[in-house]
Amino acid sequence: MTQDGTIFGRSGRRRLSNGAFVTVCALATGIALVVLAAILISLLRNGMGGLGLALFTQDTPPPGASGGLRNAILGSILLCGAAMILAILVGMLAGTWLAEYSRDGWYARAVRFINDVLLSAPSILIGLFVYVIAVRPLHGFSAFAGALALALIAAPIVTRATEDVLRLQPRALREAGVGLGTPYWVIVRRILWRAAAGGIVTGALLAFARISGETAPLLFTALNNQFFSVNLLRPIANLPVTIFNFALSPYPDWQHLAWAGALLIALTVLAINLVVRILTTRAKRP
Amino acid sequence: MSHLATITIPKARVASSDMSAPPEQFVDPVPQEQLKVDVRNLNFFYGAAQALSGVSMGIPNNAVTAIVGPSGCGKSTLLRVLNRIYGLYPGQRAEGEVLLDGQNILDRKVHLPWLRSRVGMVFQQSTPFPMSIFENVAFGVRLYEKLRKAELSVRVEETLRRAALWDEVKDKLDRPALSLSGGQQQRLCVARSMAVRPEVLLLDEPASSLDPISTAKLEDTIVRLKREVAIVIVTHNLQQAARVSDRTAFMFLGRLIEYGTTERMFNNPRTTRATDYVTGRFG
Amino acid sequence: MSEASVSSPDQPLLHVRVRGQRVERAFQYACSAASLALFGATIGLCIMLAWGGWPSISRFGLAFFTSTVWNPVTDVYGGAGPIVGTLITSAVALALALPLAFCTAVFLVEFCPAILRRPIGIAVELLAGIPSIVYGMWGLFVFAPLFATYIEAPLMSWAPPGSVWERLFSGIPNGSGVLTASIILAIMILPYIAATLRELFLSVPVRVRESAYGMGCTPLEVVWSVTLPFVRRSAVGAVMLGLGRALGETMAVTFVIGNSHRLPRGLFDSGATISSVIANEFAEATSPMHMSALLELGFALFLITFVVLALARALLGHGDAR
Repeated sequence: MTQDGTIFGRSGRRRLSNGAFVTVCALATGIALVVLAAILISLLRNGMGGLGLALFTQDTPPPGASGGLRNAILGSILLCGAAMILAILVGMLAGTWLAEYSRDGWYARAVRFINDVLLSAPSILIGLFVYVIAVRPLHGFSAFAGALALALIAAPIVTRATEDVLRLQPRALREAGVGLGTPYWVIVRRILWRAAAGGIVTGALLAFARISGETAPLLFTALNNQFFSVNLLRPIANLPVTIFNFALSPYPDWQHLAWAGALLIALTVLAINLVVRILTTRAKRP
Repeated sequence: MSHLATITIPKARVASSDMSAPPEQFVDPVPQEQLKVDVRNLNFFYGAAQALSGVSMGIPNNAVTAIVGPSGCGKSTLLRVLNRIYGLYPGQRAEGEVLLDGQNILDRKVHLPWLRSRVGMVFQQSTPFPMSIFENVAFGVRLYEKLRKAELSVRVEETLRRAALWDEVKDKLDRPALSLSGGQQQRLCVARSMAVRPEVLLLDEPASSLDPISTAKLEDTIVRLKREVAIVIVTHNLQQAARVSDRTAFMFLGRLIEYGTTERMFNNPRTTRATDYVTGRFG
Repeated sequence: MSEASVSSPDQPLLHVRVRGQRVERAFQYACSAASLALFGATIGLCIMLAWGGWPSISRFGLAFFTSTVWNPVTDVYGGAGPIVGTLITSAVALALALPLAFCTAVFLVEFCPAILRRPIGIAVELLAGIPSIVYGMWGLFVFAPLFATYIEAPLMSWAPPGSVWERLFSGIPNGSGVLTASIILAIMILPYIAATLRELFLSVPVRVRESAYGMGCTPLEVVWSVTLPFVRRSAVGAVMLGLGRALGETMAVTFVIGNSHRLPRGLFDSGATISSVIANEFAEATSPMHMSALLELGFALFLITFVVLALARALLGHGDAR
């Protein structure tokens, strides 16, 4: 295989540089994993202590007192839930339009492109946008505005997932429906959506995971609320903004709660991603 | 297997005593009273490219008509005109006339669901809908008729019997259709199409991905169904055409070259091209 | 079976009643309305930023992009600080993250022992989903103090006075600053880029790589001469997507960047990014001009990310972007 065994010949140089390359790559992976592990460990260490029953049963306390994050957790669930309902509604319809009803003209291409722009747009700008259209006119921050902002972030993800998975369905499936004389929307609803359900669900789950950790868009829309509230027309407590405020405060109690909250969000996101992985690998095995 | 015709594929022919040159095209006409679908001077275009040129043939009722020919000859294209499924795709258009019981189905005023309720189609790859076996068969029926549950069950059972699938699935009607084997799925697709009681059934190479046993079962079903409907089957398998069909049409490069009873086509083809194809000189 | 009615000249030939036919139109409209809504929202976002920032644009003109004066009291605003800060932190973050991400992806595809391949791959993908606020908090509470003690302070005391090193390492050794923010940002986009690149490398047909190995190529040569050219366009596109994320990131940097509108003079100096400025100041914007200046900054950020995204998409191919 090698013409000479020394490291000075051409093949020797190749082996040397390859060896260096392997080392560098292994090192890089090691660094990346170590750093990320460090973050997770910090998160666990600092937040674990706060994960108790009190976290879920008590509301956010004033500085110096102990408490929990109940109102923030509930508020986040409400916000994300409302946002997902809107996002799935709009996203599935838009994705269906892109996959089934659009002709491949410039408009369809523009829609797809703009959808990607929205998908990757800085979330703080989306928060600004919703501030202008839903907070100023209605004279006040509200959970509704927060949900709208989150929906704008989640909808493009659902749209993309829907369109991608619908495009994967074989043409013959549609033709079989048409061949029976089925109206097209019945084909979409009863055949295509059902066949694509797995992909759409994973897209929705990923969108949910994404918005559950988003802070910036909530800063000027849902704001925050120290108290327990389910009023959608008023500011509502939510985990990310609470964490943001508590972390930057000088009070240790609040900082502990911030860590606990961060751990909670991280665990939720990890759990959802794991579920998505399980669903996708199970779908691949027929 | 009694339907297996005793047809032999002829070996290379001895020169006939007929001294005139063989014709370019030879079509045995179908008697008017047997005619179900009448294709008249059909031209078909994919954009600017012409895929069918001047195709004229009559498809008889209560019989199996096979369309054979090498790849790209236009047989699937012709089939897809008969239920106008090409209309899904912009840029594809048909000119000419296709008369179903005297009505020109290429007319723009034709109500497409009506057409498709009368002309059913089974595709090359089996396309079970993502629902239960029962739901698959009931799907088409539900579109057009309002049946009570009991009536619907009766219709589903009767259709599955005609498709020779009932015995195999009667205990698992609620199981997903995708859990069936390939051959069973294809027969399910036949059942699904038959459930709306069409008058014509189109089959586009339905057995191309099936194993021999499933193929045999499917062919049995097809031959039995011809008592009720006119069947048109596209196949690239000459033996299958010989086994299953009453009439065979041979196409080449978008033209109908020869058309006649299966027996005559395989034993006594008149045109050179058909002879060459049938004897395997080209495929 | 189906009801046939006698045809008349204007009615369709032989009609049949199909369940669900009337809803067809409405459904189609609903679908196109939904896609129009998304389209409109994005356009609206752009317009709103431009329109809201217009007072500031017309008042300060081009000087906005060169002045670092940010004075809510006198209502004079210049966005050079945050804009430069955004560009610097993202660029440095990419410079730090890209080599690591690339090597990690290569490792996972070429060298990793088979048993470890899936777990590490999964770990990297999962970590790509961790919300940025977690990185921000970690950066503030854990990384910054360590960085200050073990890196900033020693380097600053070591730098010979008057040398270029002194300028480079100038700032306040409290852990926050431009470099810290860049590092946190790099850590944040690292798993994302690594996961995307790994998928791209895996999409190279096995036969192509096998034939390269069959010729006696070392893994380095396979990666360099076969895999990379194969995915070059998509890889650059994926990297630009990572850059886009870094540009728009708020939480990971706001905690640790120090929040100063001046141009940072050294690596450890405080700075600001557009998103950190907006996050910190918008809620308490004192005057309409203040808000307008913030919106103008937002518009600038939108344009920057838009350009990056458009390039990324062009490189990744239509509709291929993740």
